[in-house]
Amino acid sequence: MAEHPSTAATGPGAKPVVRRNFLPRIGVRGLGLAAWIAAFALALVVLMALFAPLLSPYDPIAMNPMERLADWSLAHPFGTDAYGRDVFSRTLYGARTSLIVGLGAALVAVLIGLPLGLLSGFFRTLDAILMRIMDGLMAIPAILLAIAIVALVGSSLWTVLVAITIPEIPRVVRLVRSVVLSAREEPYVEAAITVGSSLPKIMWKHLAPNTVAPLIVQATYVCASAILTEAILSFLGAGIGTETPSWGNIMSEGRIYFQLKPSLIFWPGLFLSITILAINILGDTARDALDPKLGKRRQD
Amino acid sequence: MAGDTRNGTPQAAPDGAPAHTLVISDLVVETRGREPRRILDGVSLHVAPGETVCLVGESGSGKSVSSLATMGLLPKDALTVRSGVIEVEGEDVLSASPKRLRQLRATRMSMIFQEPMTALNPVLSIEKQLDEVLDAHSAATGTERRKRIRDILELVRLPDIERMCRSFPHQLSGGQRQRVMIAMALILEPKLLIADEPTTALDVTTQKAILELVADIQKRLGTSVLFITHDMGVVADIADRVYVMRHGRIVEDGPIGSILREPKKDYTRDLLASVPALSPRPARPATSAEIVLQTSQLTMVYGRPSFFRKGEGTVAAKDIDLVLKRGRTLGIVGESGSGKSTVARCVMRLLDPTGGSIRLRNREIADVSRRALRPHRKRMQMIFQDPNRSLNPRLTVGESIIEGPINYGVDPDSARNKARSLLETVGLPADAIDRHPHQFSGGQRQRIAIARALALEPDLLVADEAVSALDVSVQAQVLDLLDDLQARLGVALLFITHDLRVAAQICDEVAVMQKGRIVECGPTGEVLGNPAEAYTRQLIDAAPGRFWDFPNFRPLAGAHEPSRQDVMVEPAR
Repeated sequence: MAEHPSTAATGPGAKPVVRRNFLPRIGVRGLGLAAWIAAFALALVVLMALFAPLLSPYDPIAMNPMERLADWSLAHPFGTDAYGRDVFSRTLYGARTSLIVGLGAALVAVLIGLPLGLLSGFFRTLDAILMRIMDGLMAIPAILLAIAIVALVGSSLWTVLVAITIPEIPRVVRLVRSVVLSAREEPYVEAAITVGSSLPKIMWKHLAPNTVAPLIVQATYVCASAILTEAILSFLGAGIGTETPSWGNIMSEGRIYFQLKPSLIFWPGLFLSITILAINILGDTARDALDPKLGKRRQD
Repeated sequence: MAGDTRNGTPQAAPDGAPAHTLVISDLVVETRGREPRRILDGVSLHVAPGETVCLVGESGSGKSVSSLATMGLLPKDALTVRSGVIEVEGEDVLSASPKRLRQLRATRMSMIFQEPMTALNPVLSIEKQLDEVLDAHSAATGTERRKRIRDILELVRLPDIERMCRSFPHQLSGGQRQRVMIAMALILEPKLLIADEPTTALDVTTQKAILELVADIQKRLGTSVLFITHDMGVVADIADRVYVMRHGRIVEDGPIGSILREPKKDYTRDLLASVPALSPRPARPATSAEIVLQTSQLTMVYGRPSFFRKGEGTVAAKDIDLVLKRGRTLGIVGESGSGKSTVARCVMRLLDPTGGSIRLRNREIADVSRRALRPHRKRMQMIFQDPNRSLNPRLTVGESIIEGPINYGVDPDSARNKARSLLETVGLPADAIDRHPHQFSGGQRQRIAIARALALEPDLLVADEAVSALDVSVQAQVLDLLDDLQARLGVALLFITHDLRVAAQICDEVAVMQKGRIVECGPTGEVLGNPAEAYTRQLIDAAPGRFWDFPNFRPLAGAHEPSRQDVMVEPAR
């Protein structure tokens, strides 16, 4: 035998060995400063949300008419709102709502979008039907659809989550479908057909892994967009009730007193912006690191 | 820089013209990065004026890197020249400024690539593209440029030149595109033409025409040609001198005659010995009368007219009748687009044929449903062309091999044990089972793909260009393996290839396909030894190096030994 595995990767003439793991490795060294700052900021927000009960000095929904619209002080770092509720505590709890909505929407959108996309990429008839439904969904403005759903079912964290997720699903379905359409032409998929693998097995074992990297990237965008949509819905009053603080409804209530107390809008707005910026930067970083074009080997 | 030669006249050395058009000495190229690897390790070569020099080697030997370094086209972020000298007509290329390099690239040296489609601009007409080159590098007026463009297109023997000028690259055939590339490379009459596998992607008949064209133009213009190829047949046909490369070094060099007759280095000998002979091997006695595969009137039409679509549709295969017996090998040969792969994919039912019948061990499978097909699937298996893509990179070798048996109810443990022994059968260590495909070379991956196909103990193996992507030495090993497996297991082999040499060495019967139809079919010795059809003869005549018996280092017995000129000026049919 002239060829042995050990010689495959050595010698000056050998082709560079390309690692193609389930997930390409992202080198720590490869991350830029922006990505590090974003990761740090997001970690802070996550910690805030996790430990909100420990960190917050007051009950976020306890009203105190004695201290309405107080300025910032040691007792109330961000001041209080029109009902005397501590804005700092409410902002901490608001992080919970936002993250639940963001992560929940991303998770649900992927869980529903992935199988639909896989099926759509494989069956032409189903594809024709599904894609027209998705086109229809995408034609409706997301906020409008969400308002309609909330108005129909009533407002709670969970209805808002559903209302926000539905418009995000088509984006995931389309992405998965496009990946499947190109991956199913790969000879290894044909090889799987010829060794008698069933369609579910081919989809799960040979096609789905190809979608992981682009899905991670897409999920970050869904997450950021869901957080923003929730804030907008709450700001419009169609979102979550004020008994569950969210950055959107804190701002919504603060809107009336904006000229008197800008801090009512400033603090939740600041957290909202930072969180979304951080998620988007991390999404971009993931996209660059997972871009298949960068991983492709150079031809001889 | 020794002198300013911006006026375009060649720089004259004190004793007249430089002796060599291209001199590369002790060129060392390394990868960039913290752990540099040597890609070229002291390469030295030279090309005299008017000479054709072939640089031959297997994939990864560094032949393309040598040519890119000469053109100053090394990918800067990946490779760097550590030391050495490259001189084109006495002018140092490595130390030339980017601007000077651009001038040199057009006027002194030019390059043609393997895939002309990617080298041509798809949104510019042919005339515009040629005009851009002239406009950038010469002071010619509009009318002069128009004339020169038409002259050069005539020189590369393109038909209907006015139409060609208006055409866009996608409207031309592969051979025509390569002619346009050559025209573009030669329009400024460079002294050095570097051709990097320019005919590898072309059919043999087109390849022959392009090689003749290059030789003819070379004679007229006196261009030096550095021709990079992996195909010893092409080398035998066109080279004056040969450099054999391996692992970034020149292994051996010399005039074509002495390299082919008396190779001194073992590597060169092995390389030549692995070129399959064009003369068919002796016929094997039939071992069994059992018919494994029989197709009759098999037809595949793409895009048939329907309620939504008018038109005739494209006939990819029509009325294909094939018979394949146990233990035999049936080859389907033909040029690209002849429909040979379509037949293979119909037989495997990766495509649903639009007409005719396919009988696998006397059971009709052409029009059965997916479900009814399932028990038949394990009786036929396929080996694909590109082993890099036919194995799922995310699965281990073992997972790929046992996928089939597990689908048919074999328990995983015994399937794994069988996979180990199969790996040993195909010449790989049993512990390869837990590794991933990327840890293996191309030839090893094809062995793994063969092991996967064998795991279901099929009666029929369909090999679609299974050795075409492999280097010639690896190709010989894989062919030996297939032969050996067939003798041991009695499997029938349907072997699709464009390479007549390969077909001659492995097939018992051959079917020659052209435009979706079988033009000639019969025992290999008869079809390739004494072809009845003009098309078959044309294919055989176009096979490069057909007068040379590579494994025995001598001209083919029976044929007179033609000089290089004889081969090149042979009249076209």
